[in-house]
Amino acid sequence: MTQVLIIGAGPAGLAAAQSARRAGAEVILLDSSDSLGGQYWRHLPESRPARKEAMLHHGWARFQSLATELVSDPGCEIISRAHVWAIETGERPTVHAVIGESDGRDRKRISFHPTALIIATGAYDRTLPFPGWDLPGVFTAGAAQALAKGERLAVGQRVVVAGAGPFLLPVTQSLAAAGSRVVAVLEANRAIPLMRGWLPKAWQLLPAASKGLELAGYAAGHIRHRIPYLLGRTVIAANGTTAVESVTTARLDRDWVPIPGTEKTIPVDAVCVSHSFTPRLELALAAGCQLTPDRFVQVDRRQETTIPGVFAAGEVTGIGGVDLSLAEGSIAGRYAAGASGTNPTLERKRAVFSGFAARIEAAHGIRGGWPAWLTESTTICRCEEVSYGSLCATSQTTDSSSLRSLKLSTRAGLGICQGRICGRTIEDLLARQTPGGALTDGSVSDRRPIAIPIRMGELASPPEAHSEHPPTPAKTSAVAQRLHEREHHD
Amino acid sequence: MASRLIPFREDPIHPSEPTPVTITFDGQPLSGVAGQSIAGVIMANERLGFRRTSVHDAPRGVFCGIGVCFDCLVVVDGVEDVRACQRRASDGDTVTTQHHHGPEGEGS
Amino acid sequence: MIGSVIVIGAGIVGASCARSLAIRGIDVTVVDRSTAVSATTAGGEGNLLVSDKAPGPELTMALHAAALWPRLALELAQELGSFPHMEYEQKGGLVVATTEAGASPLVKFATVQRDAGVQADELTLVDALRLEPDLNPAITAAVFYPQDSQIQPVIAAEALLASARRHGARVLQNAPITGAVLSADGSIVGVTTPTETLRADAVVIAAGPWSGEVARTLGVALPVHPRRGVVLVTSRMRHRVFHKVYDADYVGAVGSDDAALQTSSVVESTAAGTVLIGSSRQQIGFDASMRTEVMAELAAKALRLFPFLADHQVMRAYGGFRPFMPDHLPLVGPDHRLPGLWHATGHEGAGIGLAPVTGDMIAAMMAGTEPELDVAPYSPARASLAPYLTEVA
Repeated sequence: MTQVLIIGAGPAGLAAAQSARRAGAEVILLDSSDSLGGQYWRHLPESRPARKEAMLHHGWARFQSLATELVSDPGCEIISRAHVWAIETGERPTVHAVIGESDGRDRKRISFHPTALIIATGAYDRTLPFPGWDLPGVFTAGAAQALAKGERLAVGQRVVVAGAGPFLLPVTQSLAAAGSRVVAVLEANRAIPLMRGWLPKAWQLLPAASKGLELAGYAAGHIRHRIPYLLGRTVIAANGTTAVESVTTARLDRDWVPIPGTEKTIPVDAVCVSHSFTPRLELALAAGCQLTPDRFVQVDRRQETTIPGVFAAGEVTGIGGVDLSLAEGSIAGRYAAGASGTNPTLERKRAVFSGFAARIEAAHGIRGGWPAWLTESTTICRCEEVSYGSLCATSQTTDSSSLRSLKLSTRAGLGICQGRICGRTIEDLLARQTPGGALTDGSVSDRRPIAIPIRMGELASPPEAHSEHPPTPAKTSAVAQRLHEREHHD
Repeated sequence: MASRLIPFREDPIHPSEPTPVTITFDGQPLSGVAGQSIAGVIMANERLGFRRTSVHDAPRGVFCGIGVCFDCLVVVDGVEDVRACQRRASDGDTVTTQHHHGPEGEGS
Repeated sequence: MIGSVIVIGAGIVGASCARSLAIRGIDVTVVDRSTAVSATTAGGEGNLLVSDKAPGPELTMALHAAALWPRLALELAQELGSFPHMEYEQKGGLVVATTEAGASPLVKFATVQRDAGVQADELTLVDALRLEPDLNPAITAAVFYPQDSQIQPVIAAEALLASARRHGARVLQNAPITGAVLSADGSIVGVTTPTETLRADAVVIAAGPWSGEVARTLGVALPVHPRRGVVLVTSRMRHRVFHKVYDADYVGAVGSDDAALQTSSVVESTAAGTVLIGSSRQQIGFDASMRTEVMAELAAKALRLFPFLADHQVMRAYGGFRPFMPDHLPLVGPDHRLPGLWHATGHEGAGIGLAPVTGDMIAAMMAGTEPELDVAPYSPARASLAPYLTEVA
């Protein structure tokens, strides 16, 4: 029987699991969290049930139905708290994980050798550096969401949300629903690029009407809470000593260069910033998959990567939101399970939401002038505390066009986050310093043979090979029961 | 002021009454709600900065909230490099600040 | 008279050659198929060792290197002014035996090395633990080598290259060698790249494990082969390892001809606060894929030396290819088969440490001055290499 291993239980992974099961494959679904849903459906733990939790989410009923179906399906083995730390290539890939709490010790090592692999590892905020961004109280937009939805914690009481893209809107809504006062939402792109991105051939967006409604909900939220949504403006500094006390904002030109004389100071106790997204590529790269020119996992119409038997779905193949992730996941699940023939409905859905994704990028993408808001002392690599000035100086004295050499000479990207936060930024800034305008050694920050830190003692112990036998049905009945109860409370 | 757990009675999603959980952080007892992450418990007690960096001794706390930035590292029951945002708080957890100087200075 | 030289390879050995030549007023062009300091040097740990070498020509070079490096580090720092810190540290190496059988061979080896001029102090367990309090007390023998030192290899190489540039050297990157330019009398007078022809009085191959390929392109056979190595890096921690610490079976692994995986534990801290863990050796061509069994073996062996590491995070693993010579000696000197062709390669795992001595030897030989050491043992014409060479095509 075809065994499909799925890494990531967000929308794409869940849809893939459902689809692979329906196509007759055995499924193993891994996720590093102790619950399902990924970042998009991040929710309260079972220990804190809430009658109206659906209010915080989009598509909650869809999530519940997916989760219930999978949890009660004996052919779908869900392994929570599974941290995939390596994938080895071979005739078929071998997936290595440790099972246990995040950053635990003495966890069990398991290796999987599935027939097919689906990588649905998602993406996370890309926040460009600015002076003071390393102060406590400065968060990514995703942090505000995760804490609000996952624990009902508001990161601050007087908050500015800034950056680029429609993601700022649901974050604002989550903050408001957690009791924060959002003082302003700042979108870096100006009206004209937004219109150029969104408006051309607007009728193409009609099938994505559900997405239109979703955004309208956020806009309505804004009106209700009277939250100003300002275009062409961003946070160019966070100010404070031990934590953020205010932000400096400025108007930006079309290229995101701050316009002198337009600075304003806003007192805040938290600021949430996200300029773009970075896909989590390390496992796809470890499996040997090729990337597209814009550095997402390359897939064909079957969602198969350049490695036969390895599929990818969701934000890791391109930022497109939940509906695209669900469509891609469903398609990947079918083909990974060995199904043949097409599914026109799914493919149409995927096409519509891909179009949507392209417009988001056109309207909201990062523009090249942003380094103008950096100062010599702005921290670029947070882990190793490497400043912009230091990066530039080393680049000049070594005259290097090698990312590998420059990382080792500056320590940028070598800290414990292994370039997850600073990697693409460092590549951008260092490329600008080279005579040729590019780093040419061929290395990429996204490559991490050790995908997540693992304790030396764990690494030294031999792995247990995951058996090919189906799991026992009683495994997650408690979880299934809770989900069932939850459904009936909405 | 600053970060705050929304009290369950004020919460529009009508959560059930939470079970308290208590950890110690640098010797001080901190209360939170069962199911919270260690980061959440610390932040619910109005502490935004709970780590200090090695080179500039700068304060850090949660940044990404989802386990990719590794800024929120704490020591839990003697084990270092624990991302506070990814670890659920258990009653009685002994949490301490993680702070490493380089080989030149003294350790934490 | 050699007035101009092409150096193929911009790693630490090529950079050293370039600097030593440029300082003597020789016109130098360094050519690399990719970017400088991005291959073997970038995979190095930064070992400047005498401890792992048996008496012989390689040890002779290493003893010279041990004296040369501190002077060179100072010279470069003064010359370059504001430049990243090379982190030269004469921290010393502690070699320990972890088995009963390993104890007396280690002590005997140390005696033989001492006779050849190496400082090697046999330590009691108490003294060893004083040097390394967290070392596994179940060791059976310990020898301390005060001359073993550490450097940050990429910064050192970039510093040598920067210095070479200041003395007039040119560095051409992303320029693979496509062929040789030969004169009427059959000597090599230049090389071709995809975009240009470079001419010089002499050509030095300093391409590390790719030297064999480059030599073939230029028309001669060279038995330099890649030997894969992997290093684990922990997250930053409180400083608990104070010297380079190795398992005594390290020497055996280096000198082995076995192509299969050889691992031998090497543990040390860095200035950044991380701990580096090596070392592995495998002859698998240029296969750069990361294998968990190699990482697991490195981890297990490191834990035998320092059990406390068990709860520390391994956050990174990287690998590289050493240039392996079948007779276990670096190749430094003129190629007797092709006039004008020189070699500065084959240092296996000792390239970082031996680079400046290599550069000085090449420069002295080319300038016709007396090199600091007898160059014959490293010559491509040495007897031990003969079975592996074939004539010019």
